[in-house]
Amino acid sequence: MKLLKLVPDNTNIGFVAIRNWAFALTALLTVLAVGATAYKGLNLGVDFVGGLMIEAKFPNTVETDKVRATIGKLGVGESSLQQFGDPKTVQIRLPLPEQGGAGAANAVVEKTRKAMTAEFPGVTFSRYDTVSGKVSGELIQNGVLAVMLAIVGIAIFSWFRYEWQFGVSTFVAIVHDVLMTLGFFAITQLEFDLNIIAAVLTIVGYSINDKMVIDDRIRENMRKYRKMDMKALIDLSVNETLPRTVMTSLTVMLALGALLLFGGHVLRGFTAAMMLGIIVGTYSSVYVSSSLLITLGLTPQATEKKATKKGYAGNAERVGPRDDGARP
Amino acid sequence: MLTFSRWAVAAILLPLVLGVLCAVPTFLPEATVAKLPGFMQTRVNLGLDLAGGSHLLLEASTQDVARQRLTNMEEQVRTELRRGDPKIAIGDISSRDGKLSFMVREPSQVDAAVERIRPLTQGAGLTGQRDFNVEVVNSSTIVITPTDAGIKSAVKSAMEVATEVIRKRIDEMGTREPTIQQQGDNRIVVQVPGLQDPRALKDLLGQTAKLEFKLVDLNANPSEVAQGRAPVGSEVLPYPTNPAGPPVIAVKRQVMVSGEDLTDATQGYSQNNEPIVNIRFNGSGGRKFGQVTSQNVNRPFAIILDGKVLSAPNINEPILGGSAQVSGSFTVESANQLAIALRSGKLPVALTVVEERTVGPGLGADSIRAGLIASIIAVVAVAAFMFLSYGRFGIYANIAVAINVLVILGVMGILGATLTLPGIAGFVLTIGTAVDANVLIYERIREERRRGRGVVQAIEFGYKEASRTIFEANVTHAIAGGIMLALGSGPVKGFAIVLLIGIATSVFTAVTFTRLLAARWVRTKRPTEIHI
Repeated sequence: MKLLKLVPDNTNIGFVAIRNWAFALTALLTVLAVGATAYKGLNLGVDFVGGLMIEAKFPNTVETDKVRATIGKLGVGESSLQQFGDPKTVQIRLPLPEQGGAGAANAVVEKTRKAMTAEFPGVTFSRYDTVSGKVSGELIQNGVLAVMLAIVGIAIFSWFRYEWQFGVSTFVAIVHDVLMTLGFFAITQLEFDLNIIAAVLTIVGYSINDKMVIDDRIRENMRKYRKMDMKALIDLSVNETLPRTVMTSLTVMLALGALLLFGGHVLRGFTAAMMLGIIVGTYSSVYVSSSLLITLGLTPQATEKKATKKGYAGNAERVGPRDDGARP
Repeated sequence: MLTFSRWAVAAILLPLVLGVLCAVPTFLPEATVAKLPGFMQTRVNLGLDLAGGSHLLLEASTQDVARQRLTNMEEQVRTELRRGDPKIAIGDISSRDGKLSFMVREPSQVDAAVERIRPLTQGAGLTGQRDFNVEVVNSSTIVITPTDAGIKSAVKSAMEVATEVIRKRIDEMGTREPTIQQQGDNRIVVQVPGLQDPRALKDLLGQTAKLEFKLVDLNANPSEVAQGRAPVGSEVLPYPTNPAGPPVIAVKRQVMVSGEDLTDATQGYSQNNEPIVNIRFNGSGGRKFGQVTSQNVNRPFAIILDGKVLSAPNINEPILGGSAQVSGSFTVESANQLAIALRSGKLPVALTVVEERTVGPGLGADSIRAGLIASIIAVVAVAAFMFLSYGRFGIYANIAVAINVLVILGVMGILGATLTLPGIAGFVLTIGTAVDANVLIYERIREERRRGRGVVQAIEFGYKEASRTIFEANVTHAIAGGIMLALGSGPVKGFAIVLLIGIATSVFTAVTFTRLLAARWVRTKRPTEIHI
């Protein structure tokens, strides 16, 4: 049986050569993403803005206009409707009544239920969430804090483990990943809720996973080929790890694809965010974070110092470029 | 590197077998699980979003607690100074800006008054910290200020009582397996699985259930009452079902009998077959009730719940037996709810629902089905892809992933972790990334082969070199997971748990377990070439 090989042996793509172009493109896309987020804003779910969310399932396909009209008559505030998953499921969002606490929110849900049941017999309500403004504020705060802590924590880890350049380049690349994801949500106006924060953190985790693998290889090669030019060394490292990068990204995409197509409507936004994040994360690992190391002035000598201090200089193999490696 | 001692093999296989065994009960019906040995009764709990049910976050107002304490203090000060000997006359008593101030009429008694109040302000704790500060201003005015520590301990004890009261109320409703937990300083999380309509629950929890009986002020001028003004010694209370017209009524301030003296409350029917609540007083409550009703025959008696008048029936005859009826246009359901609320006691502080998430059982079942289908498809797709890419080694990786999935379920069962919808997503993602470690290893083996190392050496080197990378990469991934677990709430937490367990188990299965398989193959077949 012939085995599948996605990346041919001895692939040698010049990633570093086009790094300035890549940086320009990346910067442009990031600016666009930030601009889109600032201009269009995120479609924040009730988790983050507070309010009521009712998910209604109709026996037949239903026109959202009719639903909107029915709710409009109730005087419970402006509703925003979204078809969700299939044309029979509609997500209704309402503002939380300004006063009256739990009782008032109950009353709004009750009123809406009654009117809807009268107008559309057979409708069922499969889910409802109410989040008060106070709690939603805390949820935003915790979400933002979680993402920032994760990025900073990981950057610090790779700074202590490796050289500061690795910490900085990883940090930049991950911030890029997060901003691109935000931009995606601003442009598509998919609902941004607590689940998406989990997705963003996962992207951060995955992306860093990816970068660590490449960084680790760069470090290993820096010890192996101490005389090699840094550009060639990074190209070599990225190319060597490319089969793994492609394989893993593909398996994750396969799994996420299954989740997107068959995992039900509730997780769709979540899965979309992760898929995008995997693409962006892989891109930034290959084109941004490793190339950035050159710009930051990483040299093999820096590694040597740190390696001697830690005591693994003795392990460094003194072998030439890979083609004349150890043959039995 | 490729030789394993018998002990090492056992040490690798034992936890995996245990993990897989612990996953089995999750797939069995509950009745069968009950018959299994104790260590295997480890089912993965389904979160509310999968099982259907309600999650409520209740919040108590700390200001309320502070205000209430001040009101109590005012009451205590009055009683202490008036009833004590010598009697100290006070005036201008008022609580404003969270402080209580009053004037002592006889300036020579100021010091004596402070002495008398002092014991009231002492905290109950052993720390000797004061609950209130007492100071004298303008030589005759005494100001009592609650201390922060005092308020804090008051909130703490109020929350403890509230949690207990809520537990009693929910138990009385007959709901299964509720989770009631205090969160932070002034919040309580209530999770009730399988509850489709949390309305009744919310109504029940929203009730403070402070019951009072007060006399109606018959001298009040109806038009003034309608405007919200009452004679001295009386107050105007809302009375939504007032048959006389305006939805307000004037009642005497003095509480004749209160809910504190209750021993029991049940739902029943009046002579007109209307739902009512039968209540029973303890000895002193019964005596008080008898006394008041004897002295006020033919006058209306207001029944007040949480500051609202339920009804104000006339006292037809003295009620001496220690039991009474609470009427007030109830439905059977609302009468039953009130009975439960009264039985379980008064909440020491009003609670509001600040967050609610309810998922119908139908949607939950749909989500499970969808999640299961997605997981199976993900497994099949990833497995096929791995086999096509790495042949025999791909199969090893696939076995590792399959075991990994089961071990995650097993570990979740052991930890009593809850599987939520995002948890399923975490699962699917774990399936995708679990092969990453194997990919790293196999790609490394390919490389080593290309560099010309022999079969055994290439495998050895592949595992050795890749292990370090795998460790580094997964530590950072775990950092993200740990932060999610620590900071996340609800869905984020559920996802993080699966992710973290997945990282730990996948490293073990991918690195150690597949190495065992590869080593066995190498030793028995002694291959001269590997197809990878």
